[in-house]
Amino acid sequence: MDFAFIGQTFLQLLGGIPLTLKLAAVAFLIASVLAVLIAIIRTRKIPVLDQIAGFYVFVLRGTPLLVQIFLIYYGLGQFRPTLQSLGLWQFLRDPYWCSILALALNSSAYASEILRGGLRSVPVREIETARAYGMSGLRLYRRIILPIAIRRALPGYGNELILMVKATSLTSTITLMEVTGIAAKLISESYRPVEVFIAAGVIYLAINFILTRVIALLDWWLTPHLRRPRIVAAKLEPAHA
Amino acid sequence: MAEFFGLLSFGPDGWGRSLVSAAGMTVAVALCGFLLGTVIGGLLAWARLAGNLAFRVGSDTYTTVLRGIPDLLVVYLFYFGGSLLVTNVAAAFGSEGFVGIPAFVAGAAAIGVVSGAYQAEVFRGAFRSLLPGEIEAGRSVGMSRFLLFRRIIAPQVVQHALPGIGNIWQMALKESALISVTGLVELLRQSQIAAGSTRRPFEFFLIAGAIFLVIAWISQHLFQYLEKRTARGVRLEGAA
Repeated sequence: MDFAFIGQTFLQLLGGIPLTLKLAAVAFLIASVLAVLIAIIRTRKIPVLDQIAGFYVFVLRGTPLLVQIFLIYYGLGQFRPTLQSLGLWQFLRDPYWCSILALALNSSAYASEILRGGLRSVPVREIETARAYGMSGLRLYRRIILPIAIRRALPGYGNELILMVKATSLTSTITLMEVTGIAAKLISESYRPVEVFIAAGVIYLAINFILTRVIALLDWWLTPHLRRPRIVAAKLEPAHA
Repeated sequence: MAEFFGLLSFGPDGWGRSLVSAAGMTVAVALCGFLLGTVIGGLLAWARLAGNLAFRVGSDTYTTVLRGIPDLLVVYLFYFGGSLLVTNVAAAFGSEGFVGIPAFVAGAAAIGVVSGAYQAEVFRGAFRSLLPGEIEAGRSVGMSRFLLFRRIIAPQVVQHALPGIGNIWQMALKESALISVTGLVELLRQSQIAAGSTRRPFEFFLIAGAIFLVIAWISQHLFQYLEKRTARGVRLEGAA
C-alpha cells in the first residue's frame, strides 16, 4: 500500500466535492418540492392526479437510475428540433442539468413514499380538532399536518439524502467530473484501483457521516417533547447560615 | 409505430432476440450477486449477534462502510482491482501482460458485497423478533444447536426477513445496470449498443426501462407468494 499515493489521490479527489455537493443539494431541493406535492395528491386521493402520481412513482422506483439518466441525456437528443423550438435544448444538452433532472425525478418518487408514510401517521383526531377551530386548507397543513408528518418522516428522509449523495456518482457516466468521475479517471491513468477506492471511499464516508449527524441533530431539535427531562440537581443550601 | 416494433422484431434486422438474452444476463448477474449477498449478510448478522467484540465491530464497520460508499465505486474496485490481482498472480506463474477477469464475476461480486451489507441489517432485525422463550423451550427439550436453528430459528427469521429481502432483491436488480460500465452485455449495455447502431437512444432506453419494470413486477409477485406461503402457520391479529 502506497500511502503517499493515497494522499496525493485524496487531494485530487477533493476537487470533485463541490460538484458532488451541488448536484446533491440542488436535486434534493427540487425532489423535496415534487415529493410534497405527490404525497399530498396521493394521500388526498385527488382523482386522475392520484393515478398519474401512482404510475409515476411505480415507474421511477422500478427502473434503474442509470437508465433514467441515459434516457434523459442521450434519449432526449432525438427530439432536438422540438426542444430547440421550446427553448429547452440549452438545458437538456448540458450533462449537468440532465443529471439534476434525473436525480430530482428519481428521488422525488422515493421521497414521496416516505412523506406519504409521514402524512398517514398524522392522527385523525388532531386534524379534527384543528378543523373544529376553523383551520382549513393551507393553514391546516402548515400548522398541524406538515409539522407532525415531517417529524415522523425525518429519519427516512435523511436516508434518502444519503442515497442522493451516493446517486450523484452515476453522473460520472455522462462526463461529469464529480468525486467518482475523477476517481474513475485516476484509476484508468494510474491503474491503482485499490488506493483510489480508499481515497474516494473516505470522502464519501466523511460526507455521509456529517450528514447523518446533521439529520440526527435536526431530529433532536424538532422533537423536544420526546427528550427525557433533564434532571437538574437541586442546590441544597442551608436555610440558616 | 410499425417502425418502432420493427426495431424489436426477432428477425435478423430486429433487436428482440439480443434484448431478451441481455435481460437473461441481467437476471443472472443480479441473482448470483444477490445469493452471494445472502451468504455474506447471514455471516455478518451472525458475527454481529453471536460474536465477540472484534467480530461485532468488524461486522458493524463493514455494513457502515459499504452502505456509505457509492455502488459504482465498488463496481470499479472489483473490476479493475480483480483484474490487477489476477494479472499479478498470472505474472507470478510466468505469464506476461494484462489478464482481465470476466465482467460477470466482477459484477456479481460487487453486487454481492454491497447487498450483503443491507441483508445483514434485515437478518439482524428479523432475528430480534424471535421470542427468547421459544429458543429456551427448544433447548429445554434437548435440541442441538443445529436442530434449534433448522426448526425454530431459521423458519421464523426467513418469514420475518422476507419483505426486507424482497426490497433488497429489487435494489440488486437495479444495481446490476451499473455493471454495464464494465462492458458486460446486460440489458442496459445491450440497449446502448442498439441505440448507438440505430441512432434511436430514446426508444431503446425506454424499452430497457420497461423490461426492468417487468422483471421487478414479476419478482414482486413472487415475493408476495413466498410471504403468503411462509406465513401459513401464523395467526394474524384480528383474523380469527
